Amino acid sequence: MSAFINGIGMISPQKTVETHDFLEEIVEYDSGYLKCIEPVSYKPYIDPIQSRRMSRLIKMGIASAKMCLNESGCTLPDAIITGTGLGSVEETEKILATIHLDQPFLNPTPFMQSTYNTISSQIAIQMKCHNYNSTYVHRTFSFESSLQDALLQISEGSSRNVLAGGIDEMTQNHLVITRRAGHWKNGVFKNLEMLSWDSPGSVAGEGASFFLLSEDKNETTYARLRDVKTIYKPATPGEVIQRVYSILAACGLVTSDIDLVLLGINGDNRTDPAYRTFARTAFPETPLAYYKHLCGEYHTASGFALWLASNILKRQTIPGILRINDLQCNPLRNILIYNQYYNVNHSLILVTI
Amino acid sequence: MPQRVYITGIGMISSIGNDTGAALTSLIEEKSGIGEITLLDTVLKDKYPLAEVKLSNEELLEIIGNSGKTNFTRTALLGMVAAREALNASGIEIPGKYKTGLISATTVGGMDRSENFYKEFLADPSKGHLIDIVNHDCADSTERIADFLGITGFMTTISTACSSSANSIMLGAQLIKAGFLDRVVAGGTDSVTKFTLNGFNTLMILDKNGCRPFDENRAGLTLGEGAAYVVLESEELVKAGNKKVLAELKGYGNANDAYHQTASSPEGTGAYLAMNSALQLSGLNPGDIDYINVHGTGTQNNDLSEGVALQKIFGEKPPPFSSTKSYTGHTLGAAGALEAVISVLSINHGMLFPNLRFETPMKELGITPFTKVIMRADVQNILSNSFGFGGNNSTLIFSKMNG
Repeated sequence: MSAFINGIGMISPQKTVETHDFLEEIVEYDSGYLKCIEPVSYKPYIDPIQSRRMSRLIKMGIASAKMCLNESGCTLPDAIITGTGLGSVEETEKILATIHLDQPFLNPTPFMQSTYNTISSQIAIQMKCHNYNSTYVHRTFSFESSLQDALLQISEGSSRNVLAGGIDEMTQNHLVITRRAGHWKNGVFKNLEMLSWDSPGSVAGEGASFFLLSEDKNETTYARLRDVKTIYKPATPGEVIQRVYSILAACGLVTSDIDLVLLGINGDNRTDPAYRTFARTAFPETPLAYYKHLCGEYHTASGFALWLASNILKRQTIPGILRINDLQCNPLRNILIYNQYYNVNHSLILVTI
Repeated sequence: MPQRVYITGIGMISSIGNDTGAALTSLIEEKSGIGEITLLDTVLKDKYPLAEVKLSNEELLEIIGNSGKTNFTRTALLGMVAAREALNASGIEIPGKYKTGLISATTVGGMDRSENFYKEFLADPSKGHLIDIVNHDCADSTERIADFLGITGFMTTISTACSSSANSIMLGAQLIKAGFLDRVVAGGTDSVTKFTLNGFNTLMILDKNGCRPFDENRAGLTLGEGAAYVVLESEELVKAGNKKVLAELKGYGNANDAYHQTASSPEGTGAYLAMNSALQLSGLNPGDIDYINVHGTGTQNNDLSEGVALQKIFGEKPPPFSSTKSYTGHTLGAAGALEAVISVLSINHGMLFPNLRFETPMKELGITPFTKVIMRADVQNILSNSFGFGGNNSTLIFSKMNG
């Protein structure tokens, strides 16, 4: 099972929209919430009459999907698969704000847009795409599940080109709630100083990413998605490392073949030490990098990591802003992405040239 | 030759019974679970009926053998009850030497608790019990079920509106065929919430008198709650263990109507494509289908669109069809799995369960559902439809195991 990444659309808290640059200008935050830098206009992606009624999440979803398809040249994918941890938070909150009133809520639009499958289905409606369509909603497995399903559809032979992505948004209310629950740091924290943080909590983020995964390589190919694995509540840290070995072995690789490990370090001292132990144990001499200081923490942040890995392999350069150590590797052939969520949901994504 | 995929266990809880045995009795006695609202605290209480599971959360906790206070959501509790029944019925042991996965579906997740949190929170952002909101997301119920059953392998959660759990079963089958898993517990769970009831109310598609699928005078759907799971196992495992098979999952299809966020196309394009691809995969002809468990929500739009698609595939004389939502209400994320379990019951008991409350044929269609239990010793193939908002349409085909 593998697929070529032949197009990407990425809306993130960095300048990743409508640019050929690759992290040449870094956006700094100190508010505890890294907000997406959306396209100046959605007009190139969505009919303005339609977009007026769409929520921000749906607009970001459709726009990133269109960017991805435009780049790949694919006009009609054989499958559309989205992962989202929380779906349309904004629309859900609109309904929750009113249902306790004595008068029932009357505007149907928020309910119509609140269902988790809205992104996948709106993309299908926009493109008149009748093919396979699904949505995964499992915390930090959401994006990974959409990639796994994409690989499955391609290996089954039912699809040649699959549009797969991950999308999540943050709202002011949800930020307050998740801060109360201890997810985020209080006070001013400069995102670019994340590696020096030593306290509980991360910084909130969001993003919309879509990838065109194809059976065949072509002139727009970035990289090759080789394997995606999710691990639930590993009994020991060693279990994750064992899974790394088995994934690599299945691709005929060993740990020394990995040229870069992208770690989901997020500045939370409850989980960051586990990433460092993982890297020290399995990859003591491998270049290491991190990325959540640029996109924040969210359920589908692995989408940002896959965007990074794809660009690093295509451009054969690791932006300095990502580096944890100074080890070098040339050429860059194999990248491993490792993410985990409160030591419950762990995921591994292997990307190669 | 790809592996065949078999169903070796089923479990369900819904308004027509707390397990499959109780459900079977209600189905045979033509007893609907739709009635006055008794549990949900809502301003719409006297306006609409619901198909509630007639157990409080405390009673559900007792069923799963947990007497202590927990923060389980109703969605998780319903899922645990049904998934355990399916697992026990299949007789598989966890942990075991085989790769076992859990694929669950839900459309509201832990909304039954988070909607209460928001009431206090919105009045004062420092208020509201966090314990009511931390299980809001859809993965929570899946992970609770996994922990309860001891499943630690592959797991994920699907949310494609009203076709969610049909897609769980489809994904489970695909993962087994690809050799990625040996067996899968697949299904879905949803509780009724103020959120969904109010949401459907804004769309004005709730029937004040209980849903009447495929009736000329139908006035909308009736919401229900419940959970259902099937245990899927590979052909290899079934043969090696000489296991009793309840049915074969012979076909599945997933297509998108690509028409409108909440309305189905008048031509039933997505419905037609889903049924067609399931039939193709199964190698069966429309004439081989003995019974269709239709999506049949009772809304003007769905039943017309689905009816047109049925006629396109099965012609003017389709096999007997019915919407068992007339019993269970529309259980959203659980509906596909609930109807899968009912289909497996039909195959194993040689009985087809009717479309309750049907009176008047639809003007636009030449086909009508049956209204009394049909006893038929030989039910070979059943086609079951699950269609959702966003045009997410899926079809499953279940077949009797011969020999």
